[in-house]
Amino acid sequence: MSFAWAKQYEPQSAFTKWIDEKLPLPRLVYNAVGAGYPVPRNLNYMWNFGVLAGFCLMLQIVTGVVLAMHYAANGLVAFATVEHIMRDVNYGWMLRYAHANGASFFFIVIYLHIFRGFFYSSYKAPREMIWLLGVVIFLLMMATAFMGYVLPWGQMSFWGAQVITGLFSAIPLVGEPLQIWLLGGFAPDNAALNRFFSLHFLLPFVIAGVVILHIWALHIPGSSNPTGVEVKQESDTVPFHPYYTAKDGFGLGVFLILFTAMVFFLPNALGHPDNYIEANPLSTPAHIVPEWYFWPFYAILRAFTGDLTIPFTGIVLVQAKLLGVIAMFGSILLWFVLPWLDKSPVRSGHYRPLFRKFFWFGLIPTMAVLFYCGGAPAEEPFVVLSQLATAYYFLHFLVILPIISQIEVPKPLPFSITEAVLGKDKAPEAPRAGSVDGGDLGAAPEGSLQPAE
Amino acid sequence: MATDTAATTEVSEDGVRRRDWIHIAALGTAGVGGASVLFPLISQMAPSADVLAASTTEVDVSAIQPGQSIKATFRKQPLFVKRLTADEIAKAKADDASDMRDPAKLADRTKAGHEDVLVTMGVCTHLGCVPLGAAEGENKGEFGGYFCPCHGSHYDVAGRIRKGPAPKNLVVPEYEFTSDTVIRVG
Repeated sequence: MSFAWAKQYEPQSAFTKWIDEKLPLPRLVYNAVGAGYPVPRNLNYMWNFGVLAGFCLMLQIVTGVVLAMHYAANGLVAFATVEHIMRDVNYGWMLRYAHANGASFFFIVIYLHIFRGFFYSSYKAPREMIWLLGVVIFLLMMATAFMGYVLPWGQMSFWGAQVITGLFSAIPLVGEPLQIWLLGGFAPDNAALNRFFSLHFLLPFVIAGVVILHIWALHIPGSSNPTGVEVKQESDTVPFHPYYTAKDGFGLGVFLILFTAMVFFLPNALGHPDNYIEANPLSTPAHIVPEWYFWPFYAILRAFTGDLTIPFTGIVLVQAKLLGVIAMFGSILLWFVLPWLDKSPVRSGHYRPLFRKFFWFGLIPTMAVLFYCGGAPAEEPFVVLSQLATAYYFLHFLVILPIISQIEVPKPLPFSITEAVLGKDKAPEAPRAGSVDGGDLGAAPEGSLQPAE
Repeated sequence: MATDTAATTEVSEDGVRRRDWIHIAALGTAGVGGASVLFPLISQMAPSADVLAASTTEVDVSAIQPGQSIKATFRKQPLFVKRLTADEIAKAKADDASDMRDPAKLADRTKAGHEDVLVTMGVCTHLGCVPLGAAEGENKGEFGGYFCPCHGSHYDVAGRIRKGPAPKNLVVPEYEFTSDTVIRVG
């Protein structure tokens, strides 16, 4: 799709004309991230993170493929080959640190991307599919990151594998056979390491495939924007190239400065010293935590300390262990129904006073608390804090958000993006009230409906 | 676009725009950055430090009897060390002047004072097979040195190519005698 006023690709040379007839790949690129993709003119820097996430994926694939050239997924030598990469391979230290910190930066970027989605309700119609695919990508990323962390075969790798596969043992009846099947043994060993390596190599390419679907789905309605008002006319948009290639390029520069500062000056700041001790099945590290990007979900997992029972009978309905696992997975799977929980037709948090209060003073502090508690030891007061935060987390999405979307009185929306930017819009003044489609513009896509106020 | 950008977009008489500068600067910076990232990515494929560290080999040649060869390993490739008999030395010297594909004198292929010790790589210069002739009872070829069974290259007692498809003599690696009985290769 594109808006009617999108620039058309016009091959200039005989060669590009020939290519365009046989395989119009340059045309695809032109329409996807070139001048042929009209984008709202008012995007702020929160809209940088999609491109940055794509960059991170490429970074991880390139450094990862290189590391795989020097790594051996065998319990006897895996730890040593990582040290071999660090000491013997030319620039091996840099490539490994770039890959390890690249994972952290990928998650930073993705969390900001998701944050943007929450605040500006990017998940709402007509963009539900983009959101759903994004949640799929996030789940794949978590699986990939977890399995990658097992590969160095240090203490944290080993016990991480033990604990995470242990989650599956909580499932009634099939749980323990399932865990043994996943590991290919009774504890993590060569079989587990090998399959994790195989899948860790495969999944990034699966992610890349879903990313293509994600971008494809994005190009059908076009990018959202900070006002949440849909594009109505040509003056609402600018071509992606050069306007957003330049803006994303600037963001990429800032990203690279921060990223290289970590790689070269604080390469182990986000890691755990225990992972430089080779895996030992007979000794668990005293304080075992996952990587920082899993902390909020780890806190939800640990928040469930009591079984669900029928009161006064002592009959256990659901064990605490299973409750924790359900809640942890549920906290993300919940996002799949988010487009249908938040029914407010207004997208941007800027025009939703009540939503904004609960967002900044409810959801964000809750996530901060969960993040902190996930990395803290499993003792008071962190357990109670995790329980309160977990309760609010589910309450926010399942109760507060649907109620807000019913009772909230949104602020008046600008007529168009142009008006939001320039303060005035010379285009149709007449159909302001009632209809919000902006009159007979023809090219306005489905779902461009906005409430009048 | 507003008129204040005219200065940057206006094309001067010789076809130069002021904006060209930022394009050149941006692409130049990105190019240098890209190249400096590319270098480690290419360099990592080169032999790593542990491989390079294993690039010298010491061989004790004292136990080798005249007419006998031993096989050692140098850079994970076979290394032939052979002690020539007096007859073989004489034969090799007699052949020095004959017509060869890769002419070389025996004296050039051994160290002064150790003319009886011939050190060569056990790698056929044709396509890299290991020639026969270093072990007891193996086919030594028509010239009594080494014979490569893969494609039929015949080397003489001094490891020089005499017949068959190989283009060069068996390579004599860099080595030196660290004592009368020990050589260090590499």
